Amino acid sequence: MKDTINLNHGSGGRQTHELIKSLFASKFGMEEPLTDSAILNKSGKRLVFTTDAYVVDPIFFPGGNIGKLSVCGTVNDLAVSGAKPEYISCSFIIEEGLPMDDLETIVDSMAEAAGAALVKIVTGDTKVVGKGKCDRIFITTAGAGYLEDGKEHISTGSHVAKGDKLIVNGSLGNHSVAVLGARNSLNFSTPVLSDCASLNHLIKKLLDGCRSIHFMRDLTRGGLAGVLNELSEMTGKGISVSENTIPVDEPVRGVCEMLGFDPLYLANEGKLLIVAGAEDEKNIMEIMKSDPLGINASVIGEITDKGGQKVILKTISGGSRILDMPSGVQLPRIC
Amino acid sequence: MKYIDEYRDRALITKLAGKISAAASREYTFMEVCGGHTSAIHRFGIPSLLPKNIKLLSGPGCPVCVTGTDVIDRAVAYSGMDDVIITTFGDLIRVPGSETSLERKKESGSDIRIVFSALDALDIARSNPVKRIIFIGIGFETTAPGTAVTIKEASKAGINNFLVLGAHKIMPPAMEAIVSEGTRIDGFICPGHVAAITGSSIFDFLPGRYRTGCVVTGFEPVDILQALLMLIDQVNNADPKVEIQYKRAVPAEGNRLAQKNMKEIFVTSDAVWRGFGLIPASGLRPGKEYERFDAELSLPVEVPFHEENRNCICPEILRGLKNPGDCPLFAVACSPGNPVGACMVSAEGACNAWYKYKLEK
Repeated sequence: MKDTINLNHGSGGRQTHELIKSLFASKFGMEEPLTDSAILNKSGKRLVFTTDAYVVDPIFFPGGNIGKLSVCGTVNDLAVSGAKPEYISCSFIIEEGLPMDDLETIVDSMAEAAGAALVKIVTGDTKVVGKGKCDRIFITTAGAGYLEDGKEHISTGSHVAKGDKLIVNGSLGNHSVAVLGARNSLNFSTPVLSDCASLNHLIKKLLDGCRSIHFMRDLTRGGLAGVLNELSEMTGKGISVSENTIPVDEPVRGVCEMLGFDPLYLANEGKLLIVAGAEDEKNIMEIMKSDPLGINASVIGEITDKGGQKVILKTISGGSRILDMPSGVQLPRIC
Repeated sequence: MKYIDEYRDRALITKLAGKISAAASREYTFMEVCGGHTSAIHRFGIPSLLPKNIKLLSGPGCPVCVTGTDVIDRAVAYSGMDDVIITTFGDLIRVPGSETSLERKKESGSDIRIVFSALDALDIARSNPVKRIIFIGIGFETTAPGTAVTIKEASKAGINNFLVLGAHKIMPPAMEAIVSEGTRIDGFICPGHVAAITGSSIFDFLPGRYRTGCVVTGFEPVDILQALLMLIDQVNNADPKVEIQYKRAVPAEGNRLAQKNMKEIFVTSDAVWRGFGLIPASGLRPGKEYERFDAELSLPVEVPFHEENRNCICPEILRGLKNPGDCPLFAVACSPGNPVGACMVSAEGACNAWYKYKLEK
């Protein structure tokens, strides 16, 4: 019989220690002794700190799994704030009966994602709950990184000004459609992969090469439409975007057309919006195009007048409409 | 994307919009019957391309919107039974019944699953032989053939734990209810996908009995604009007729196989439409031979009659008498996150489109 997680693995006793030592600590390269808190060395720098919980269903989907997601998502939350991500904590809530192989695959993906992003997983926790008390596995990661002076404005958008350009690093909606397809066993003739990826190296190149990056945000839940509305609200500025410049892959478009979804509201896990002075547009696009994670980058619009506080979408047909904040979960339509 | 991009061609759209402006010499009121058209019209910003003297009204063609509260109440009652799995199209789960919605029931533990077709529901029935699977059959001529084929398949395969809570409707009787009531409509934009099944002759009564024209059209901006231009020409020439703009999908005779399946499985019955009340011979139910698949007959439940919120003007909106902006609840007590009326729930509902694309009152 295959090994599975059972309640003993969360007892705090021998099995817990064995699981931590043999799986988590060894895969994540944690240093002995394994103490309750990690001590992080860095003085005189601004600490940036974030946390996020991952409960995706299904836990394995084309292009990734919950483990990869839990590292990339937290790395991206730090990186879009302008910080250099360095440390990750992870806390697992595992349903008894989860196959050990599945857990190992998830942990391998986390280790791989952390290695690729050059962050260290330094502390964690494990709880096992009874059957039906959680959906196989939930992971919460926290992340810490450091922010250099002069980059504090990036997360608040306080330098965003009229005429600034809006740039996304690639096609939208792939993560949502990949997960939706896996959840409902929709067999797409062209497989759609989640875009799940850590963006910190791309972001570092952009920050090193461009002086006027005024805002960055990853386009997760709520999608591009959600972020644009938050930005407009935060800055009090108007935003204009053109539908025909927003990249969406053909298979994603096909699924959206069929089910009545709007890709601008779908979640991504490896996409970001950058707002930067027009003088940096060319520069940003060059850096983007030279990186696999930015190869499909596109300039999608610009910041308009003060006080408009509206996001206007110029539609493909040449009309215009308000692109509103998402409300509720998008539901597949009937016909 | 093929078959889509050419119908979203900016130059063609601009040309058509120019022609419409030039041809529109008076006030026109057109009704798009189908929720798919309502949603497309607002998504593509069509009203911003039209001159002010063309008014578009949304009609009774959003299947979720016209589904009576009693259907939701019945589904909610079924969802409380231990051995029942409710299967439904996604839009329906958020529609408020008189006391609660399927979404709330799902949160409190009822087994309610979103499916993409009736055949998916039949698969669930196959793999859960000890449960009763109730599929909420809603929609017009576009989804009814799918339900018909599924019932036929269930019958052939001897699957006895599959039931349909029947709320399928056909479109012409509701359109007739609107024109016969005297609402001023200069022409109808008719749903291309309905006509692709039924053929365009189902709309012949419009010019025949009511001297009102219609154009059967598709769902892309070029389709819709071209249909509007054709309707304006009909009005200007006082020549109401049934025209097909959507020739790439609609043969005049429709889809004979789908029609045959519908005829074999369903019989027409009186049906309650939200906003209209009872419309004779406007619903579809499994006929005698397939009666055992009718949930209401095989598993009867009593649901008490509840009056709908009196302030909600969904009924008037569905009949083309008012716009969402006229409703005292719109964007105050009623929003997509917390809908009071069905028109706010479905992405194809007029209130939802108004709210999502923030049309001014």
